[in-house]
Amino acid sequence: MLNATLIALLVVMALALTRAVLGPTIHDRILAVNMFGTKTVLLIAVICFTLGEPEYLDIALVYALINFVSVIGVLRYFEFRNSNADSTPEATRD
Amino acid sequence: MIDTLLSYASGLLLLLGCFFMLTGAIGLLRFPDYYSRMHAAGITDTLATFLIISGLMLAAGWSLALFKLGLIMLFIFFTSPTASHALARSAQLSALRLPHMPAEATHKNNKRTRTMATSESNTAGPEPETAVDTRT
Repeated sequence: MLNATLIALLVVMALALTRAVLGPTIHDRILAVNMFGTKTVLLIAVICFTLGEPEYLDIALVYALINFVSVIGVLRYFEFRNSNADSTPEATRD
Repeated sequence: MIDTLLSYASGLLLLLGCFFMLTGAIGLLRFPDYYSRMHAAGITDTLATFLIISGLMLAAGWSLALFKLGLIMLFIFFTSPTASHALARSAQLSALRLPHMPAEATHKNNKRTRTMATSESNTAGPEPETAVDTRT
């Protein structure tokens, strides 16, 4: 069952990567990359139990932290990009 | 006896997690607009993570790996809805509005509705009627 979970995780990551390549807007790409990162955490956790070495779970924990911080950082970078290009005082007030 | 029961329960949880995960990925790929795609991805992220990590917890037994898996699950429970909320808020604040609004009304009232959304204190003027007109 662990091997079936690994195959399903790889299929899901391929579909999320397809959406990240196809995505018409930048938010679609960020959404797909967020899902890809969450599934990467799960993939590392399942690989730990497949290989029988539970010490690798630290890598999954650190990757979950880095994934969340990177998604929030990229979203803050693109948040007021499209609508506030002509009015800078509102952007600085926020 | 109890070991085979635990392995069956673990396999069942992993199978349910795989099902919800594949459902969310197909929804992310096939749904027509951004907000429905975010609905599919944001719901199934949390649920599939809960199911798969619960299945791994049942497979782990009483060890340090159980504590680490619980820590990962707790952290994803906090961060996944926060990331979904940040994605929705960022899309709503940028040019990607909800799709049933007419395009010329969106372009005309984009700045006004955004200032209403960001600063609630100074909106006692005639703006609410126009905001209602844009929503319908």
